[in-house]
Amino acid sequence: MATNTLDTLRTTWTRRVRPRLKPLPYLLLLPTLYFVFLFTILPTFKVLRDSQIYYHPNRPDRALDTNLQLPGIEPMPRSIRGPHAVGFSYFRAMFDFNSEIGRQFRQVMVNTLIYVAATVPSSMLLAFVFATLVNRKVRGIGLARVAFFYPTMLPMVSAATIWLFFFTPGYGLFNSTLRFFGYSGPENWIINPSLGLWALVIVAIWKNAGYFMIFYLAGLQNLPDDVYEAASLDGANWWVKMFRITLPLLKRTTLFVSVIAIIGAFQTIDHALVMTYELVTGEADLLLYEIYQQRFVLQNYGLANALTVVMIVILLGLTLVNFLISERDEDGP
Amino acid sequence: MARDSLTVSSRAVARMMGRRPSWTNWLVSAITIALGLVWAVPIAWATIVSLRPPGDSLGRGDIWFSSRITAESYERATALAPFFPSWNALSAEQFAARVGVSQGALAVLGAVALLAMAALIAAATRRWGFSGRTTAFLLGAVAAIAALVGLNTYGSFTTSYYSNTIQFVVLTIVVQMVTVTLAGFAFAHFNFVGRRLLFTLILLQMMIPTAVLLVPNFVTVREFSTEMLLIPRAIYYHKFSLYDTPLAMAMPYFGSAMGTFLMRQAFLGVPRDLVDAGVVDGCRWYHLLRHVYLPPSWPSLIAWGLVSTSFHWNELLWPLVITSDRARPLTMGLLRFTQLTDIGAQWSLVMAATMIIVLPLLVAFLIFQRQFISSFLHSGLK
Repeated sequence: MATNTLDTLRTTWTRRVRPRLKPLPYLLLLPTLYFVFLFTILPTFKVLRDSQIYYHPNRPDRALDTNLQLPGIEPMPRSIRGPHAVGFSYFRAMFDFNSEIGRQFRQVMVNTLIYVAATVPSSMLLAFVFATLVNRKVRGIGLARVAFFYPTMLPMVSAATIWLFFFTPGYGLFNSTLRFFGYSGPENWIINPSLGLWALVIVAIWKNAGYFMIFYLAGLQNLPDDVYEAASLDGANWWVKMFRITLPLLKRTTLFVSVIAIIGAFQTIDHALVMTYELVTGEADLLLYEIYQQRFVLQNYGLANALTVVMIVILLGLTLVNFLISERDEDGP
Repeated sequence: MARDSLTVSSRAVARMMGRRPSWTNWLVSAITIALGLVWAVPIAWATIVSLRPPGDSLGRGDIWFSSRITAESYERATALAPFFPSWNALSAEQFAARVGVSQGALAVLGAVALLAMAALIAAATRRWGFSGRTTAFLLGAVAAIAALVGLNTYGSFTTSYYSNTIQFVVLTIVVQMVTVTLAGFAFAHFNFVGRRLLFTLILLQMMIPTAVLLVPNFVTVREFSTEMLLIPRAIYYHKFSLYDTPLAMAMPYFGSAMGTFLMRQAFLGVPRDLVDAGVVDGCRWYHLLRHVYLPPSWPSLIAWGLVSTSFHWNELLWPLVITSDRARPLTMGLLRFTQLTDIGAQWSLVMAATMIIVLPLLVAFLIFQRQFISSFLHSGLK
């Protein structure tokens, strides 16, 4: 019996494994694997480790009766600079909305949620509208495609700089237009705590709609003609075709675009750096902006690492949701 | 006959659109034009305002053309910030101090070596079966390097945002092209233990973008040492100072999940029979890659290159973190420029700076729009 198992193992090894263990493919993969490991996989674990360490290198290194103001960490005589091991208390602080960190965290998460929920659906809707508009064989339609797509080619910094002017109170183009339509609210969107975030949303929508448009355009051009012909013979009008044929057939495109849109929304804060840089404190903070701020401006290393962990968890969760949805779609009818 | 088929096709188009009456078509066109104009306003405004004189302040009802069109704002912007490199020749004393007589002989030797290298490339590329265009390209690259070395010997370039961005982008793209091709080839051609696992591991980079990991990656690049090149500390240790260099900006992007995925897809599209024929003919792996896999996959590689170039050209956050002064790229140059105190609300200056950054990519896009749009489409991982 034992020899039998050993034999099977040996045959598996000689027939299945050994021929597939030649060094060449691993050597070819080595450069990519090395850099992915060094800059994606290792940092993920490093962040998890460092999120449990309190460290403020810009604070004086003196032993005082220090309250780190973290839940579960008692005040005691020690340096306010650190490093001190604090376990998972940063995460506990984040979800304790009475603490300073907790309040900030809730503000940042609400902002990020509003930002993502406002930019993603509206830029996708606009992208779909653009795609249906430019999916015609008319002279000069190429020009319209260029007009919608060119913001993709601009750096977000430049786009934000241009829009910075449009939001200028008084003579800015955006405000002038709004006034023309009867708007009489506050004009200085950038430093207005409740409007700063919406300024970022507007710039992001303007910049991304054209990019998402090309995916819908490709989707529209791949739709089968015969379905539409059959629908026309059945007397279906434009609206019926749009909602009963086009949109259901573009479900995969929509799923795909929503994924890149959401991940993109989480990782782009260039416009926040230009438009709200050192002007708005806290009110228009997005998650990645807060990470940058905590680590490189306020030098609060532990919190920056803990926030990065939150970000990674969110992104992996989104990937999982996307995976589950696409799996279910393939199983279904 | 031709006329006939034309009418049929237009009728088919009309049927596809649901036989919409012509006034609907007019309406749709009007909406398209209106939206297109709204979307084009920012770049049109930026272009127009950048052509106003520098000190000209904008006001209510006066935000488009000024009384005259001038390039003064561009001149003033380039004077205020180092967007472009400038070359200063060394004086005779400086040159003597830097080069000396013995180094003069070395320079002659170097020139001979470069010539020999060029001749070698010319001879070798023919043997390896490269086309004349490739030979010309390689020779051009050697000539460009020689020219740069020469200019750096007889003078010095000032650091500038443009040269930093170009170094960053070229370095990233060149390395990426190699790593991505090799990895895509490995996944498409070979069947090896752990293929799925390694592929998933690399795809992880797409789910957790490098921008998100800026905190730990900053430490990695700052503390980059021989240890991270897997050389044990006991044998040799050296800490590289990469902070504030183009290499530091480029490094996290050397391995690319998206590029690997794209090239794997492209290589999987190559007919297996063709590959088998190559194997029967005794091709080694590099012959297969060069003559079987790569020729039909060039469009994918070029598309990836275009997308990657525009992504890195436009990047801000990582360079902002990892550079401080010498290696600042264009995007950071613009960010700092808008924050210069003496700029104030001189919109024409700010817009001139914006246009200086935007123009190369925008012009390339306007010329090759079809290629750009289809590249962005294909890199979207369908």
